[in-house]
Amino acid sequence: MSGVLLSAKDLSVRFGGVLAVNKVGFDVHRGEVFTLIGPNGAGKTTVFNLISRIYTPTSGSIDFDGTPLLAHAPHEIAQLGIARTFQNIELFEHATVLQNLLIGRHVHRETGFWSQLFFTPATRAAEVRTRHKAEEVIELLDLQHHRESLVAGLPYGVRKVVELARALCTEPKLLLLDEPSSGLNVEETDDMAFWIGDIRDELGVTVLMVEHDMSLVSKVSDRVLAMNQGEVLALGTPAEVQRHPGVIEAYLGAAGDVESLRRKAA
Amino acid sequence: MRFIFKTRYEQDIRIAKHGGYLFWYGALMLVMLAAPWIFPEYWLAQVTFVLIYAIVGLGLMLLSGFTGQFSLGHAAFLGVGAYTQAAFTGMGVPFPLALVAAAAVSAFVGVIVGLPALRLKGIYLGIATLAFGFIVEEVFARWESVTGGNAGKHVKAPDLFGWKLDSGESFYYLCLVLAVLATLAILNLLRSPTGRAFVAIRDSEISAQSMGIHLARFKTLSFAISAALAGVGGALYAHKLMFISPDQFGVLQSIDLILMIVIGGLGSVHGAFLGAIFLITMPQVIALAKDYLPEAIGMAPGLQGLVYGVVLIAFVLFEPLGLYGRWLKFRTWFQIFPFYRRGMFKRQKSFQKSERLK
Repeated sequence: MSGVLLSAKDLSVRFGGVLAVNKVGFDVHRGEVFTLIGPNGAGKTTVFNLISRIYTPTSGSIDFDGTPLLAHAPHEIAQLGIARTFQNIELFEHATVLQNLLIGRHVHRETGFWSQLFFTPATRAAEVRTRHKAEEVIELLDLQHHRESLVAGLPYGVRKVVELARALCTEPKLLLLDEPSSGLNVEETDDMAFWIGDIRDELGVTVLMVEHDMSLVSKVSDRVLAMNQGEVLALGTPAEVQRHPGVIEAYLGAAGDVESLRRKAA
Repeated sequence: MRFIFKTRYEQDIRIAKHGGYLFWYGALMLVMLAAPWIFPEYWLAQVTFVLIYAIVGLGLMLLSGFTGQFSLGHAAFLGVGAYTQAAFTGMGVPFPLALVAAAAVSAFVGVIVGLPALRLKGIYLGIATLAFGFIVEEVFARWESVTGGNAGKHVKAPDLFGWKLDSGESFYYLCLVLAVLATLAILNLLRSPTGRAFVAIRDSEISAQSMGIHLARFKTLSFAISAALAGVGGALYAHKLMFISPDQFGVLQSIDLILMIVIGGLGSVHGAFLGAIFLITMPQVIALAKDYLPEAIGMAPGLQGLVYGVVLIAFVLFEPLGLYGRWLKFRTWFQIFPFYRRGMFKRQKSFQKSERLK
């Protein structure tokens, strides 16, 4: 399992006068966890929205598994094998966890409108298979207890997992996780790190994530891309990126800045 | 207390989840089949109207309750169905074919109205459909060669290839069969990928799209199914009244239909039926109550509208889940007796969605 799965070249997006993403390019290899980091407003989520075709780039191109993504409509992205989660959870609130996961199987539906209208034996058999697949994901992410609960009544941490589960139900080749640990406590973040590892190693899914929690990033990431102000700062292993002077400057400011703040000794 | 021990996935897929369903719905069907012998003629006609409105309600429920698209012009689809049926049966086309034509023409109009729905949301879609309702009502009034204009149009009794359904009883059975078929079709859709896609669009368009749901296609489909059911209801309505005129399909009728599904309970199939019962029995109840009210109130014009308004406001404030929600609470109280708690159906306030894309 090697080679490039997703390749972004010279991506730029301009919203009015704001250049949100400026000539960003990177390659995500098959079977790796690739993380985007950067301060707020660096353009990480915008890159995600470009890949899931919610935004169209002003210039540049994205290739996924050999096909140009920009030629596809937003709803076709899941069909190609890209699933995502959202920074501020976007679940189907008035449905149960199980129903949410079944919706995740939409791209794998096997029957047409008329056979569903009459609920033919073929539809029934397809429904059982769909359920079986959803149960595999429930098993993987330990969601058994919440299977029949309405999403609207679940705590935040569980919703995060449900969203991850729903994305996995589409059987993606590439999973986009937008801040998987935001709002989670230390234990839940550990679980998340464990699952991300599992998703890569056992399911063979490539993961592209945006994350702020550096301990999670260094635990699971194979490579890290640091961004600031819509531009690429550094690319490499977590350790390399953390040592990169540009990254330190973006997060903490340059040594000179700190020096000038220091009070002169009397 | 009932505990369902699940051993097969089919148990969750079946419409009848346990024996209780079969027993109670079986009993209901027996009563409905025996209705012509149980109810006097006038009440049988009212039950027929309940069935007709329930068919229309199922369609509107699918659109508003399950897909989240509001339509303030649904009476127009009812009218399109009624006039198509009147025109075709007037030409001597047998009833079943005319009914299919009425459903198809309504569905086609529904697709056309669905097109702005791809761009409009919430109240703006309401305004667009309201305008559409006015346009259609105007077309019924002006297109005199087909609709007979404001003078109205007579509709013949249904003709099932030579078998005339001109009695109240036979027409009642026709409505019953169609209502059961419509209900089964909606239930089938709701337990399959298409229905789940509708619910997904209702709850979050952005993530529905990222799950691979073609928003435009499924919204249009929802409009088409909803309009087709309204068309079928309209065709039956035309036969039942035997006379149709444009003012029967105006904005007041549309509001009645919205009222029906909101009071019945948005997002439940039962709600369509409960709402239809409410809509048909309420005028009777008001007429009965008039005798006991002081003359100044009892004889005042617009009493019915006032009562509907008050009931609607009361439901929105105190029972947003409608009559069906009230029934669920009642049933749960018995099912888990004595463990019912007051707050059981209270929803936790959902987390804020700060970043709404688009």
